[in-house]
Amino acid sequence: MSSPEVDAVIIGSGPAGSTAADVLTAAGWSVVVLEKGRNHLLSLDAPYVPLGHVSNDEIKFMRRHFLGPDPFLEPRTYRRHDTDGDRLFSGDVNNLPSTVGGGGFHADGKLPRFRAVDFKTHSELGPIDGADVADWPFEYDEMEPYYTEAENLVGVAGKAGANPFAEWRSGEYPMPPGADMYGAVLTTEAAERLGYHPYAAPTGVNSVPYDGRPACNNCGFCAFYGCPIEAKGDPVAPLRRALRTGRCDVRPESYVTEILLDATGKRARGVRYLDTNMTPQEVSADVVVLAGGAFESPRLLLRCGVGNSSGLVGRYLMFHFQTLVVASFPFRLHAHKGRAVTHLHDDHMIPDDDSRAFAREHDLPYFRAGIVEHGGAGFPILESVHLPPGEWHSKLMLESPMRDRLLAFTVQGEDVPQITNRIDLDPKIKDVYGEAAGRATYNLHPHELVASKYYAPKLEEVMRAAGAEWTIVAHSPPIEGEGAAGALGEASASKHIMGTLRMGTDPTTSVVDPMQRLWDVPNVVCTDSSVFPTSTGYGPTLTLVALAIRACRDLANLPPLRSDRSSTA
Amino acid sequence: MPGTSSPRFLTQREHAITAAAADRLIPPIDGHPGGAALGVADYIDGLLGAFTFDPPRIWAGGPFSGRAGGDASFEQFFELSRLEELAWRTRIEGSLGMPEREFNGPVRGWQQWYREGLGALGDDFDAVDADEQDRRLDADPAFKKLFYEQACEGAYGAPEYGGNRDLAGWHAIQFPGDVQPRGYTDDEVSQP
Ligand SMILES: Cc1cc2nc3c(=O)[nH]c(=O)nc-3n(C[C@H](O)[C@H](O)[C@H](O)COP(=O)(O)OP(=O)(O)OC[C@H]3O[C@@H](n4cnc5c(N)ncnc54)[C@H](O)[C@@H]3O)c2cc1C
Ligand code: SF4
Repeated sequence: MSSPEVDAVIIGSGPAGSTAADVLTAAGWSVVVLEKGRNHLLSLDAPYVPLGHVSNDEIKFMRRHFLGPDPFLEPRTYRRHDTDGDRLFSGDVNNLPSTVGGGGFHADGKLPRFRAVDFKTHSELGPIDGADVADWPFEYDEMEPYYTEAENLVGVAGKAGANPFAEWRSGEYPMPPGADMYGAVLTTEAAERLGYHPYAAPTGVNSVPYDGRPACNNCGFCAFYGCPIEAKGDPVAPLRRALRTGRCDVRPESYVTEILLDATGKRARGVRYLDTNMTPQEVSADVVVLAGGAFESPRLLLRCGVGNSSGLVGRYLMFHFQTLVVASFPFRLHAHKGRAVTHLHDDHMIPDDDSRAFAREHDLPYFRAGIVEHGGAGFPILESVHLPPGEWHSKLMLESPMRDRLLAFTVQGEDVPQITNRIDLDPKIKDVYGEAAGRATYNLHPHELVASKYYAPKLEEVMRAAGAEWTIVAHSPPIEGEGAAGALGEASASKHIMGTLRMGTDPTTSVVDPMQRLWDVPNVVCTDSSVFPTSTGYGPTLTLVALAIRACRDLANLPPLRSDRSSTA
Repeated sequence: MPGTSSPRFLTQREHAITAAAADRLIPPIDGHPGGAALGVADYIDGLLGAFTFDPPRIWAGGPFSGRAGGDASFEQFFELSRLEELAWRTRIEGSLGMPEREFNGPVRGWQQWYREGLGALGDDFDAVDADEQDRRLDADPAFKKLFYEQACEGAYGAPEYGGNRDLAGWHAIQFPGDVQPRGYTDDEVSQP
C-alpha cells in the first residue's frame, strides 16, 4: 500500500478545522485543509498577511452573501414536522459563512465556558419527558485546562470572577475586557438593581494588542462582518500559526464529496473533493478530521453512508431557542459603535424554587434558559427593510426607534435534545455540485417555550428599569401566534448548531466515542459541535475549540493537559 | 457612477419611473431626502446592469473607503469566481433556459421582474397623483417587496454602489457609515 500524502486531511476551516490544523501541525503532523468557500481571511503565502477584502459594508456582508454560502448555489431546506411534506422552505437555513475561517470569521465571539452542571444535566437535574437529556462522557474539571488553552490560543478578553456563577478557572484571562457599550451600561445597572448578575462578556476580540494583532478599534461592524484589522482572534490566529509551520496546506474552493474507506470499510483512507474547476481530486491521509460544522458534517456522512450503524447520524439537532426582548428608548444609544454585545448574564440558566414551581405548573421538572446577551442594533438597511414603506418609513428612519434608540436582550435558550429533530437529505433540492441539500426537521420542545414564557417578562422589566419606553418580545423560530414567518423568518435564525453526531460511551446510542472518533470508522474524528450531547445555554464555540484541542492532542499522542484547582484565579 | 446620465440597464423612462416609485416608498420629508434624491434609481440600475462593468459591480472592495482614513479601495470591485458569477448572473438575468442555472428549476431574473413590474406601474406613473401611485404599487405585492428592499439598500448602503448620493441617506439618520481604520475611542463607545 502506498503511504498517504499527509497525516491528516481536515474538512472545513472554521474554528473546529483551524484548531485541528493548529494542534496537529504543532505536534509535527502534515495536514491539508479543504474548505469549500473562498479565501478572504489571510494570504496563504508567507508571511500570511491580511488580504484586505473585509470592509464596513452592509450591502456586501448582509445583503449579498460575500462570505457565502450563496443560498442559490447551496440551498438548505426546513420543515417543522415530518407531516409538513418534503419542506416548508428552501434557501438560507441557519447559514454560517462558508469561507476560509468559517463562522468564526464573522461571529462577534462571546466565548464563555460551560459550567460543571452542563456536563451532567441528566445526573444533576434529571430527565425531561420527550427529550433525551444526557451527561457528557467527562466533566468540567477534565475540560478546564483545555478551556484555558483555547482562551490563550484564540485570545479571549474577560475578567475572572466577574460572573459569580462561573466555574473555577486556573488562571486569569489573557486580556482584560474591552469597552462597555453605552446601552449595556444602562441595562447592566438596571439588571443589577433587580438582583441579576451581569458581567463583561468574555470575547474573542483583542482589547489590547495580542499575538501580533492589534486591539479592536470599536468600528462596530462586528457580528456578521469580518474584522478589517484582524482584532478577532478566531480563526485567524490558529490558521496563521498552522501555516507558519510549513506543514499546513489550505485549499479553498474545495468541496468534499466523499470520505473514502478502505476495503475493510472500517478505515478511512482519505477524501474525494471537487476543486475550483469542479474537477474531482483525492487526498489520501492517515486521519480524516471532520469539521464542516454541525449542519454540514452529518450531511456529508449521510451522503456517503459512513458512520451510521446507530442510525443516529443527523439526529438530536439542537439550536439555541432565541427569545428577543426588544426595547425602544427615548434617546439615542449609538449601538453602531463598538462590539455587538459587551455583557451577559447567566441568572436565568439556574433553576430556583420559583422557576421550578412554574415548571411544575407546566408539567416539567425544571427548565433552564440561556445566557442573556445585552446588545443593540447597528445597521440601517436592516432597520429600514423592517419598516413599512411610505410616510412612516422616513419618519421612523429619522427618529430611529428600531435602531439608534433600540436595545435588545437575546436569550440563547437551552434546547433539549429530541431524537426527531434532525438533519437529513432533501429528496429533491440539490446544490450546484449536484449533491442532495441538507434538510432540517426541527420543532420546539415545551421546555424551551415554558422557559421563555417565564423569563421574557422579567427581561422586559429590566428594560423598563433601564428607561425603555416600550418593549416587545419575539422568538426564533417563531412561536404560535407570531405568524408563519416571525420577525426573523420561519426557520430558526440561531447560529449555534449542535448535536447531530452525538458523543457517548455506547455505540448503539451515539455516533462518536468520547475522543470524538466515529465508532464505525475510528480514524475519522469530528471536532465540531455536532458531538455535543446537550446544548446548554452558552455559545458553543469556546467549548468546541477546547474539545478539538483535547481530541487532536490525543490523536497526536500528546499527554492530556492537566490543571490544578488549588491555583484557582 | 452616482448621477450617471445614461443608465446601464433601465431605459430613461424606466429610470424616471423607478425614481418616482422610490419617492413613494421612501418619501421626502423635512430632514430626510426621498428615494429619488438619494439615488435609488441609480443603485437599482447599477445592480441590474452589474455585469456591464468589469469586474461586475457586486461586491465593493476593501478594506477602506477613504472616508475615515486609509486608501480608498471600495471602488475596486471584486472579481467573482465562476460559481459566484453563475449565482449572480442567474439572480439578475434569470435562468434563461440554461441547464447550469436550472439545477433546482427555472429562475425569474430581476431584469425581467423590473421590466415587467415597471411596465405595469405605467408609463404615466410619474405623472399621476400619490394615491394612484400607491394603488399601482400595491397591485403587485411581490414586486413591491423586492423594489422596497432594494430601494432601502440604495438609500442607506455605501455610495460606491450608486445610491446614498452625497451620503445624504446616512446624514439624515445620523449614521456615520464605515469608520475603519479610524474606529471609535473607548469613551465614544461607553459614554452617552
Ligand atoms: C453572526 C454570528 C455570531 C456568532 N456569535 C457567536 C458567539 O457569540 N458565541 C459563540 O459561541 N458562537 C457564535 N457564533 C457561532 C460560531 O460562529 C460557530 O459556533 C462556529 O463557527 C462553529 O465552528 P465550526 O468550525 O464547527 O463550523 P463553521 O464555522 O460553520 O465552519 C465549517 C466550515 O466547513 C466548511 N465546509 C462544510 N462542509 C464542507 C465540505 N463538504 N467541503 C469543504 N468544506 C466544507 C464550511 O464552508 C465552513 O467554512 C456566531 C455565528 C455567527 C454567524
Ligand atoms: S468592532 Fe472591533 S473586533 Fe469587531 S470588527 Fe470592528 S475592530 Fe474588529
